[in-house]
Amino acid sequence: MNASSTNARPNGSLPVWAYLYIAATLAVMAIGFDKAMTAPTEATMGNLYRVFFYHLPHAILSFIPPYLNCIASLLYLYWRSRNIERAQAADAFALASAEITVLYASIGLATGSLWGRAAWGIWWAWDARMTTYLLLWLLYVSYVLLRRFAAPGQTAIISAVLGIFAAVDVPICYMSIHWWRTQHPAPVFGGGADSGIDPSMYPAVLWNMLAWAMWGGLVLGIRYVIERRRQQKAAAIALGFLGNEPQEAL
Amino acid sequence: MSYASIVWGHLRKDLRLELRTKDSINGMLFFSLLVVVVFALAFDPTSFPTIARQISGGLMCVAVLFASMTALNQSWARELNNHVLDAHRLSPSPASALFVGKAIANFLSVMVVELVLAPVFIIFYNLHPLGDSWKLLLILPLGTWSLVVNGTFFAALSLRTRNRETLLPLVLLPITMPSLLAMIQATTAVLTGDFEPTLWLKVLVAYVVVFTTICVLLFETILNAD
Repeated sequence: MNASSTNARPNGSLPVWAYLYIAATLAVMAIGFDKAMTAPTEATMGNLYRVFFYHLPHAILSFIPPYLNCIASLLYLYWRSRNIERAQAADAFALASAEITVLYASIGLATGSLWGRAAWGIWWAWDARMTTYLLLWLLYVSYVLLRRFAAPGQTAIISAVLGIFAAVDVPICYMSIHWWRTQHPAPVFGGGADSGIDPSMYPAVLWNMLAWAMWGGLVLGIRYVIERRRQQKAAAIALGFLGNEPQEAL
Repeated sequence: MSYASIVWGHLRKDLRLELRTKDSINGMLFFSLLVVVVFALAFDPTSFPTIARQISGGLMCVAVLFASMTALNQSWARELNNHVLDAHRLSPSPASALFVGKAIANFLSVMVVELVLAPVFIIFYNLHPLGDSWKLLLILPLGTWSLVVNGTFFAALSLRTRNRETLLPLVLLPITMPSLLAMIQATTAVLTGDFEPTLWLKVLVAYVVVFTTICVLLFETILNAD
């Protein structure tokens, strides 16, 4: 949340470390892709199982940004009446982290569905993990929708409150879905990826985990910077610095 | 004035308004009756008593949820007339007392709807609970409170958004999913007698405690969001 270093540049250029980070992310993603494609073929599923190297990182990582969102929301509520600049930065970060949650969960759900089709012959099973991810996805889609619907002056505060609710709801969802599925055992759909993987697949899993975490950080950072610039432009227009630009430009 | 007496004042005012107009209670009752009839047409519950037992807990919770959603927006919309909400903001009384009073008033009207709806279900769906029916006396109030407390809060939150009628269900449903699941599971447990509802009662209690606390803590922020 280092707002001043990325946003104060008038010509719109990024600092050097940002270029280094982008280059490093692309390099790690290339290594991850190579490892995923050259890992030994799985015994029963053949090459189809490689979607797992994309599914697992996205599924695991999608549980992190909800808490970033919650922290940013709390910071927004704390700074709202004390330091408006910091509060706006926290709000931009909350928005970026909610959108990255939706992104991770969408990719996790889509790849999980592909995996399910290949491994079990069906696109969707209401098993514990899939249902939990679906609920996580629904929670943060509703957050993004709320930001769309809210009146301009209240978007930040209303969505900060919803962000706190959603983050509290995530572990409760997780536990109750878990109990739901253990109490009514479904036909054996479980197991799958979590029943242990061969050590020869570890490098591919770990490189891809790192790659997608770095990629998520990159997307989060870009979205944050865009939102900060939108806020600054909106503030400038409100103060009359930029003349009468059409409102759609925001 | 003590906190309790302020809550009592808000509650009394809301109940009196509801008793005089009966708008939301009549709407909720008729709406949930329609839901019962529509689902009965879809599933034919009298020919398949086992299926009726398995699904009617869920149907009743869904009927109550949808019915309460029609009333929740209404309960805040009446505060917008003559800028009553602004008067609430200016008043020195704690903001959460307004919320608690309104949540209790909504809870009571939804409970009335449930009391009417439960016998209707038993008659129309030919129900014979196989578990301990008295546990429903714990499950239904807890489940209803968990729906209503969040519903009242989010109705206040979406009060000044662009299209609040659409927004409320979109925000409320994902958040209440765990409590809805617990309520449906516990009701189904009582109706079918297949398993014990104890675990789901605990989930409901935990959910109610956690979310009532957050709602009370954050309501002032929502009320003054401008």
